[in-house]
Amino acid sequence: MVDFCAITLKRPIVNGSGTFDAIAARRAFGVALLRDFPFGAFVSKTITLSPREGNPPPRLWEAQAGMINSIGLPNRGLHGYLEHDLPQLAELGVPLITNVMGSTAAEVSQLVEALDDRDEVAAIELNVSCPNVATGLDIGADPGSLAALVRAVRPLTGKPLIVKLTPNTADVAAVALAAQTEGADAVSLINTLRATALDRSGAPWLGGVTGGLSGPAIRAIALAQVAAVARRVSLPIVGMGGVSSGAHAADLIAAGATLVAVGTESFRDPAAGCRIWEELKSLQIAGSGSTTVNAAQAQVEVDVNSGDSA
Amino acid sequence: MRVTAPFGRRRVAVTGADDVGAYRVLHAADPDGPVPAPGQFYMLAAATGWGAGEDERPFLPRALSFLGAASGGLSFMFEEVGPGTRRLCGLVAGDELWLTGPLGNGFAAPPDGQRAILAGGGVGIPPLAAWAGTLGAGDVAVAAVLGFRDAHHAEGARLVPASCPQAVATDDGSVGHHGLVTELLSAELDRDAAAVVYACGPPRMLEAVRALCEQRGVSAQLALEAGMACGFGACFGCVVPVREGGYVRVCVDGPVLDASRVDAIPAH
Repeated sequence: MVDFCAITLKRPIVNGSGTFDAIAARRAFGVALLRDFPFGAFVSKTITLSPREGNPPPRLWEAQAGMINSIGLPNRGLHGYLEHDLPQLAELGVPLITNVMGSTAAEVSQLVEALDDRDEVAAIELNVSCPNVATGLDIGADPGSLAALVRAVRPLTGKPLIVKLTPNTADVAAVALAAQTEGADAVSLINTLRATALDRSGAPWLGGVTGGLSGPAIRAIALAQVAAVARRVSLPIVGMGGVSSGAHAADLIAAGATLVAVGTESFRDPAAGCRIWEELKSLQIAGSGSTTVNAAQAQVEVDVNSGDSA
Repeated sequence: MRVTAPFGRRRVAVTGADDVGAYRVLHAADPDGPVPAPGQFYMLAAATGWGAGEDERPFLPRALSFLGAASGGLSFMFEEVGPGTRRLCGLVAGDELWLTGPLGNGFAAPPDGQRAILAGGGVGIPPLAAWAGTLGAGDVAVAAVLGFRDAHHAEGARLVPASCPQAVATDDGSVGHHGLVTELLSAELDRDAAAVVYACGPPRMLEAVRALCEQRGVSAQLALEAGMACGFGACFGCVVPVREGGYVRVCVDGPVLDASRVDAIPAH
């Protein structure tokens, strides 16, 4: 059992938002999915006020040790989520974290207020990889914009508020600090890294032109950013980025994460969350508990601080 | 028709592989898997040498409709077109595969008394061959019209059960009808306009079959192909636009879609 923002999880492994559709998975795998559900809590895909169809295909590109996706946040919208998805997700038997995004503080406030009314929702995660209408910059790329958003929505809910940080910024720890100062309960990182791919004629392959890179290719970046954020804030951290084994999860925990999210690896192995948890447990049993973790954390900090000396 | 998959991927043994014309047929043991429905597919990855090949690919598993399923074993057919199929082509008996499936929904039988015409070709052969086997074992009359690039590729027609009457077309005329599979299909529909068409093939061929069926007012089920990362609805990568608006995921809403739902088969 793990405590995260006063929510009890049966394991410290969750899914990254938008990387596992539990409703579709139940159609594919039937009730077998529920017998050993891979995640200690389920994170929804990003929900927006209005329904979104998502980007035109092609939406995927296989990259070196990873992939680029340009999905465009398709979802049923807030009403569809509350009426259609939430009752089905409640059957999973794990705490539910709902991820939301809006292009203005007013939109996000509406989403947060509606979710605050629902007992099935254990926590709310803010997707801040969305352009600020006024500045054109991603809200999560700028500590000032992020602070203003969290300040606006914090009073609207007593549920834990998690800020999903974007790695596409100069100083992710400064953004995390802004989230902490304005009363967020946790941060999660890293989101995908902005990326693109060209076809053989040199034209953009993806229907949405740019997308996000994920998978093992970004693991080392995730480790550095989680370590950097852990040094600057005291909030619990959901660490993610290219985790495909228990050892990778142990690295993120060593760098300061309380929970570890699995994303792209679930595409390759639908039960990856179960396997990674088993592997992590055997590592924790084999190691000597917190001493090992602290030693590993020190090591990460040394490595991060030593720049390219490795 | 949808058979649900065991949850997670399973490691299975390759029991053999052979070349059929331009194609590779791979056989694998699947003692713990259910019997799939024709049109369903699996996600396949080699258990080793996957993710560390040329250009550090392949990374994602590959979606392949099954060709045959019998006595705890499965077979697949593919052509070498990239790093994933290249790695799969290199597998021999004794190697191992990661397998997830069966996934998606398969074909639905025609209404009582109506014939089935299977139309397609190229790497679209597997679901049609599996469906011909199932229909042939019942009391549905079935015929196949199959198109290929040339005689070497047309050897793939051998994978469709011989009990199913078949006509072949090739682009270069090296075997069978010199022309398009839709010309053969059109002739079949002239003889029996009440048949149900089941189609699978490269996008341009599938689109030609779809357009012909629409023009002739013939009911058709299309087995679509799309690049996908997961195969079980998680990644939202494999979408196609549908007439009712928006997109559907080929992996969970297909791969078999009623032709009336689709405007045009995308080229990708």
